[in-house]
Amino acid sequence: MPPDELARRSTLSRRGALKGGGAVAFAGVSLAALKLPFFSVDGAAQNPMTCRAADVSAREREFVISNWTGYIDPRKQPTSTMAEFQAKTGITVDYNVDVNDNAEFYAKVKNQLGSCDPIDRDMIVLTDWMAARMIGLGWIQPMDKAAVPNLHANIIDSLRDKQWDPDLEYHAPWQSGLTGIAYNAAEVGEVGSFEELISRSDLNGKITLLSEMRDTMGFMLKVVGADPTDFTEDQWQNALDRLKKAIADGQLRSFAGNNYLQELSGGNVLACEAWSGDVIQAQFENPDIKFVVPEEGLSLWSDNMMIPNQATHQANAQQWIDYYYDPVVAAKLAAWVNYICPVAGAREEMEKLDPSLVDNPLIFPDDDFLANTFDFMPLDDRQNAQYEKEWADVTAG
Amino acid sequence: MSETVRRKGKVGYLLLAPAALWLVLFFVIPFYSLVATSLFDQGGSDFRGYQMTYAFGNYVDVVQEYAGPFGRSLLYGAIATAFCLVLGYVLAYAIAFKAGRWKNLMLVLVIAPFFTSFLVRTLSWKLILADDGFIVNTLQTLQVLGDDGRLLATPIAVVAGLTYNFLPFMVLPLYASIDKIDHRLIEASSDLYANPFVGFFKVTWPLSLPGVVSGTLLTFIPAVGDYINAQFLGSTNERVIGNVIQAQFTDANNYPVASALSVLLMVLILAMVLVYVRRAGTEDLL
Repeated sequence: MPPDELARRSTLSRRGALKGGGAVAFAGVSLAALKLPFFSVDGAAQNPMTCRAADVSAREREFVISNWTGYIDPRKQPTSTMAEFQAKTGITVDYNVDVNDNAEFYAKVKNQLGSCDPIDRDMIVLTDWMAARMIGLGWIQPMDKAAVPNLHANIIDSLRDKQWDPDLEYHAPWQSGLTGIAYNAAEVGEVGSFEELISRSDLNGKITLLSEMRDTMGFMLKVVGADPTDFTEDQWQNALDRLKKAIADGQLRSFAGNNYLQELSGGNVLACEAWSGDVIQAQFENPDIKFVVPEEGLSLWSDNMMIPNQATHQANAQQWIDYYYDPVVAAKLAAWVNYICPVAGAREEMEKLDPSLVDNPLIFPDDDFLANTFDFMPLDDRQNAQYEKEWADVTAG
Repeated sequence: MSETVRRKGKVGYLLLAPAALWLVLFFVIPFYSLVATSLFDQGGSDFRGYQMTYAFGNYVDVVQEYAGPFGRSLLYGAIATAFCLVLGYVLAYAIAFKAGRWKNLMLVLVIAPFFTSFLVRTLSWKLILADDGFIVNTLQTLQVLGDDGRLLATPIAVVAGLTYNFLPFMVLPLYASIDKIDHRLIEASSDLYANPFVGFFKVTWPLSLPGVVSGTLLTFIPAVGDYINAQFLGSTNERVIGNVIQAQFTDANNYPVASALSVLLMVLILAMVLVYVRRAGTEDLL
């Protein structure tokens, strides 16, 4: 191409680009005078009384649930709790294991639930703080008390009277667990407290903490002498600074979501913050992994069944809850998943199933054991946003 | 003549249409929404909603607060790109000029890692570099690493992972350029008494520059944005900007900050690429 033609082409295209840019700018300015799409986001709060679908349970004998992985006995076996539920009620269960992380699941359903659209699930299972947030946002349907008599009769006392849903109107714990410390006894001496975990020099660079804010910061608040159930802004900052110091010292390997026990078994990590049920399951393969209740106390949490707005099989979902609050069924489930069973009376049933599990305080804790538990203070919207941001800055900054 | 030009133009637009439509739907609109979100009031939340306040201050905030992770992203990306260039050039050169009948097989081997997922390949590096693993033990025996030394959860592992994961993006454009080089030019250089080194720098290297430019771009851009390697191979002290964006979006639900970070990263990379392409001489190298 001769040079002059090249030059002409390039000026042409430059002029074209200018024109295009001008057009875009013009369109932008003229649109700005109107209400632009994406130029504000409405609050996501809904009213569960108005944002609900007609219940078609009587006609459609089915029900869709989303749960965490490894949280039910093998479903395909004809004697499984789920198979027996289907046989007994004639309800076909569509069981999905698509909850990996509370925040991630929230992000997934936020747009639908925030604008009162169905998420095509009749039940979701989320941890306390996320359950509290969703109930607060009005995304969860209240249950009919008469439809879930087993829940109200059989739930263990330590799970009653939650500040965010005292009458169990919106949630029913699926399983509960403890947050504590796991360590590899073949490699390192007992790690008895959170303080030790984040400061002992033989653990430097060999520990992980959980990436859930409430799990880790609950213990950090304890470490700096504050009460997670009721703490001040200053105490929060203290706890956060203590954690930043541990990070700066290179004590932490990482913040872990779900795969922390592989690291512990593999030897890269010697001790970590852990959830009780995971540890019991891992002990079957590696008996050297031990779970410790830290000196700072017990952090008891639950993952909760909830019926989201616009669910169409509400009665079926309530039947499912009531079924799993039958002590016989609960014992069978607990024998498999090894988390804390939320159902009173299941311990007696466990005698018949597997007596070796009856005295395990991590499945059937007694009242003395639970006396030492603490909760994380409920946060209002602004506190939550601030603390979650500061937490995210520490874990990923 | 004007008739044909116009007809050509119409065909051109028709050919552009599918990709353009795709990009409008899946790039322009989301990008517009991203920019809008980055100017929302930080005081908003899902509960209350977000208001457009043209909060340009968000950008000032994120620059001040996250300069560290930004710097780390650029540094790790640049080092990994440099390693990729050295490793990739030698490899591409060998495949193009020395592989003979093994050429096709070797090219397939370069692409072979893509048959498994990026995530799985990165995770398998955790096994390779494990504290009790073969490599770390060997290095400890050789006193390269201290007795408590480790590779995993260090910047070395992050850069190594990036280099490994993006190497094929470097090799393929380099190979395409080097393979096209006319051997007679190199012969001519030696006929004119250039030794092999001079010949390489006067003939082969300049002719392979288009491959170098596109290879470095294809490596650097995704390497800067990548956070999987930092997540799995780094420790808490090696977090990069991608980790921050992810955490702000999904964990903290702080959409304005996360969006401002994303836009800033995009602009930063774009600016660097433009400067680089200018510096590299001409746009027609690409």
